[in-house]
Amino acid sequence: FHSLILLLSDAAKNFEDVRCKYICPPYKENSGHIYNKNIFQKECDCLHVVEPMPVQGPDVEAYCLLCECKYKERSSVTIKVTIIISLSILGLLLQYMVYLTLVEPTPKRRLFGHSQLIQSDDDIGDHQPFANEHHVLARSRSRANVLSKVEYAQQRWKLQVQEQRKSVFDRHVVLS
Amino acid sequence: MAMWQGAMDNRGFQQGSFSSFQNSSSDEDLMDIPATAMDFSMRDDVPPLDREVGEDKSYNGGGIGYSNRIMDFLEEPIPGVGTYDDFNTIDWVREKSRDRDRHREITNKSKESTWALIHSVSDAFSGWLLMLLIGLLSGSLAGLIDISAHWMTDLKEGICTGGFWFNHEHCCWNSDHVTFEERDKCPEWNSWSQLIISTDEGAFAYIVNYFMYVLWALLFAFLAVSLVKVFAPYACGSGIPEIKTILSGFIIRGYLGKWTLVIKTITLVLAVSSGLSLGKEGPLVHVACCCGNILCHCFNKYRKNEAKRREVLSAAAAAGVSVAFGAPIGGVLFSLEEVSYYFPLKTLWRSFFAALVAAFTLRSINPFGNSRLVLFYVEFHTPWHLFELVPFILLGIFGGLWGALFIRTNIAWCRKRKTTQLGKYPVIEVLVVTAITAILAFPNEYTRMSTSELISELFNDCGLLDSSKLCDYENRFNTSKGGELPDRPAGVGVYSAMWQLALTLILKIVITIFTFGMKIPSGLFIPSMAVGAIAGRLLGVGMEQLAYYHQEWTIFNSWCSQGADCITPGLYAMVGAAACLGGVTRMTVSLVVIMFELTGGLEYIVPLMAAAMTSKWVADALGREGIYDAHIRLNGYPFLEAKEEFAHKTLAMDVMKPRRNDPLLTVLTQDSMTVEDVETIISETTYSGFPVVVSRESQRLVGFVLRRDLIISIENARKKQDGVVSTSIIYFTEHSPPLPPYTPPTLKLRNILDLSPFTVTDLTPMEIVVDIFRKLGLRQCLVTHNGRLLGIITKKDVLKHIAQMANQDPDSILFN
Repeated sequence: FHSLILLLSDAAKNFEDVRCKYICPPYKENSGHIYNKNIFQKECDCLHVVEPMPVQGPDVEAYCLLCECKYKERSSVTIKVTIIISLSILGLLLQYMVYLTLVEPTPKRRLFGHSQLIQSDDDIGDHQPFANEHHVLARSRSRANVLSKVEYAQQRWKLQVQEQRKSVFDRHVVLS
Repeated sequence: MAMWQGAMDNRGFQQGSFSSFQNSSSDEDLMDIPATAMDFSMRDDVPPLDREVGEDKSYNGGGIGYSNRIMDFLEEPIPGVGTYDDFNTIDWVREKSRDRDRHREITNKSKESTWALIHSVSDAFSGWLLMLLIGLLSGSLAGLIDISAHWMTDLKEGICTGGFWFNHEHCCWNSDHVTFEERDKCPEWNSWSQLIISTDEGAFAYIVNYFMYVLWALLFAFLAVSLVKVFAPYACGSGIPEIKTILSGFIIRGYLGKWTLVIKTITLVLAVSSGLSLGKEGPLVHVACCCGNILCHCFNKYRKNEAKRREVLSAAAAAGVSVAFGAPIGGVLFSLEEVSYYFPLKTLWRSFFAALVAAFTLRSINPFGNSRLVLFYVEFHTPWHLFELVPFILLGIFGGLWGALFIRTNIAWCRKRKTTQLGKYPVIEVLVVTAITAILAFPNEYTRMSTSELISELFNDCGLLDSSKLCDYENRFNTSKGGELPDRPAGVGVYSAMWQLALTLILKIVITIFTFGMKIPSGLFIPSMAVGAIAGRLLGVGMEQLAYYHQEWTIFNSWCSQGADCITPGLYAMVGAAACLGGVTRMTVSLVVIMFELTGGLEYIVPLMAAAMTSKWVADALGREGIYDAHIRLNGYPFLEAKEEFAHKTLAMDVMKPRRNDPLLTVLTQDSMTVEDVETIISETTYSGFPVVVSRESQRLVGFVLRRDLIISIENARKKQDGVVSTSIIYFTEHSPPLPPYTPPTLKLRNILDLSPFTVTDLTPMEIVVDIFRKLGLRQCLVTHNGRLLGIITKKDVLKHIAQMANQDPDSILFN
C-alpha cells in the first residue's frame, strides 16, 4: 500500500519537473560539460545521467568523482498558476484604479445627508460623535436594494481611503 | 436625511456642540492635530454597530460585577458602548476583565445543556483553529509574493519564450543547451535586446538592455506608488513601528484591513521587483498581521475583544517573520522581543504553532524549487578558529557604526519628508529614487542582481565547480579530492569582484537611507544584511589571501597549516550580515536564532553572538534607539517603552493634571447632574473621560466614565427612552435618588461606569506610576490626596513627562 502511494505520487509529478544535473569539470582532454536528465531521485547517479560517457574504463570512476550532482524538483504548475493569479489581480486593480481616477471624478456626489452640512472639505472626518450616533442608531433607514448597498459600501470605503490619504500624505501624521 | 433633521431639532445643544466637535477630539492636547480621522461610521474594522443590537449581554462596559448584569438584563445593551475611537489607546484592564466575564459565563452555561457544552469546547479550540488559518494564509501569501517577485525581477532583463511565466532560472531549468562555461545562458531565455534588435552583443544591445531595465524599474515603482495612493495609503512603509504601537494598545483603524492586505501584497512585489534597495521582511510581518486581523472577524471571541485580538496579532507577527526567513523559532523570538508588548506564555505556544504552520505551508508551495524556505540557506560546516574572533568583532564594530549612522541619517531624512515640501510629492520622489537606483545599478553586476541573490552568492562557500566571478580562484593544488578545498590565491576574477563589491557597498549604504520610509512598502532587513554581507566577504577574502601569502606569520601558522582550509569568507559574510542587522534593529536573541536557523550550523553561534553583541554595544553607545523605536518617536505614537527604566525622582503630583493654575478637575457627580449639565460639560471640554464623585464638596471617588460611552448612552436615551429630557437627572448609583414629584424620569447610567478605576496618592513616586502604566496597560490613573480626588494622570502625560526628563521635545507626542 505504501509503495503504491509512492508510485502514484511519483507519477503525479510532472515528468518534466524533476531533473538530475551533473556538472563535470574539464578532465584530461575533455572540456567541461553539464549533463541533464529528467529522472527521479532513485535513478540519479553518474552512470545513468552522464551519457555518452566521455572517458573509458578505469577513468570513469575518477571522472564521476569529480562531477558535482544536483537533484532538483519544482512544480511548474504552481509557478504558472501563481503568476497568472498575481497578474490578474494586478490587472483588476489597475482597471479599478483607472476607473476611479478617470471615469468617476466626483466621488462625493452621493454622500450621506449629514456630510452636506459640513462647511468645507477639510471637515470631513472630523470628530462628529453625535452625528455618527444619529447615523448609526437610525440604521432602519438603509435601503434594502443590493445595488444601493454596494454603492453605499463603496462610498464609505472611499471616504475611509480619503481619510487615510490625508493622514499619511497630507498631514504626515501617521507613517511619515 | 430625516434623522439628521431630527437631531437638529434637539435644540442648540447639537448645533453648538457640532462646531466644537469640528476641532476637538479625545484628549485636551489632541487639539494640536487637526481632525485625525474621527468619523467612526467609516471604520471598516468596527463591526457595523447595528449588528450588535441584541447580542450577548456580557459586553456591557467593563468593571461591573456579575450580579449587576442581572439587573441590566432588562436593559438592552446599547450598540457602540465599549468600543474605541480611532487613534486612541485601549483599556487593557477592561478588555481583559470582559474576556474573563465572557469565559466565566460560557463555562457556567456549559453545564446546562449539551449544546452549551459543545459551544464551550469550540470556544476553547477557536484559538488554535485561528492560528492554523493564520499560518495557512500567511504561508500562501508569502509563496505568492516570493514567486511573483522572482518573476518580475527577471522581467527587467528579458522574457522566457518557453512560457512567459518562468523567470530566468526556471526558463533554463529544463534546457539542454546550457554549457559549462556559460551556465546562465540558454536559448529559451531572451533578453530585451534579443527581442528588439535580435542580438545580444555590442554596444547598442547594451544600451537597449540598459534602457529597458530602467524603464521596467520605473514602471513597477510608478504602479506601486499609485496603487498605494489610490487604494490603501496605510500600505506604505515597513509596518513594524505601527504594529508595535498597535500591539501596545493603540488603535489605527484600517491599518490591518482587507484593502491594506491586498495592496500591500501586490505593491510589495512591485517594489521589490523595481530594483530598489529594500526588502520584504518588514512588510511580510504587516501582511501576516493583516491576515490575523481579518481572520479574527470569524471568531466572536477575538472580534469583540481588543486585548485578545492583540494576542493573535503577536502570533501572526511571528508567522510573518517565520515565512520571511524560514525561521519559525526566530520568528517567535522576534515577535517576543521586538514587536509585542504583552506576551503571555499561552501566546508563546500558539505563536510557535502559527509560525510552524506558515513555514510548512510555504515549504509545500516550494517557491525555490529546492524545498528550502529561504534563498540563502547555506550548509557549510567548516570550523572557525578562536583567532578569527578578532575580525568578527571588527565586523561587529562596523555593524554598530553603520547602524547608528543609518538611523540618524534616515530619521533626519524622514523628518525632512514630514516637514518640508519634499513630502508633497511622494510619487515624484519614488520615481526619482528609482531612476537613480536603476541608472547606477545596471552597470555593476552585483547591484543589477536582486539583493537576495547577492546575499546568497556572498554567503556561498566557493566549491571547485562554481562559475561565479567571486569564486575565480587559481587552482594550484595537486590533490584532487572532492572534499574540502584549501585556501587558494585569488584569481583575476576575485580582484575585479572585490572592486565591484566595494562600489556596491557604497551605493547600498547611501541609497538605502533615502529608500526606507518612502511611500511604498519597504523593509530593511535585506539591505542591512546585504551591507553587512559585502563588508564581511571583503574582510573574509582579505583574511584568506593574507593567510595564504603569509603562512609564516605567527598568528596564522599556529592553526593554519599549508593546504588546509583555514578561512571561509562565506562565514565572514554571514557574521557581517548579522552585525549590521543587529546594529540597525538592536535585536539580540532573535537575530542570532534567525541567523543560525538560516544557516543550519550550530557551530557558528559564538561568532554570531560576538558580532551581534559588539554591534549592539557600539550602536547603543552612539544612539539610544533602534530604527523602529526611532520611527515611533518620529511619528509621535503613544508608545510607552517597556525596556527602559524611569530614573527620576519626580512625584505623581508633579505630572498630574490639572496643574496649579489650571481650573479644577472636571468631574461628574453621582446623582445630582442633569442631562443638560452633562452635555454642556461634554461640549465644553475635550477630555476623554470624567471621574464620578459622590458630591462636589466631598470629592470622594465613585468611578470613571468614558466620554464616548456617555455620548452614546445619552443619545440612545434621548431617542429610545420615554420622557428623558434635558432636565432629567442622570444617576450612577444603584437606585434613583429621592426626587420631588413631577420631575421628569431619571436616566440610569451605572452600566457604563467603571467602578474600579486605578488610583494613586499624590506623593507616589513617578517611577511606580510609570511602572503601573506599563505593567497594567492603563490609559489614565486618578490621583487622590487624603482620600479625596485631586487630579488625573493620562498616558499622554506620562509620555510627555518622560520626554521632558530626557530633554526631548514633549510636544512631539501627538496621540493619546
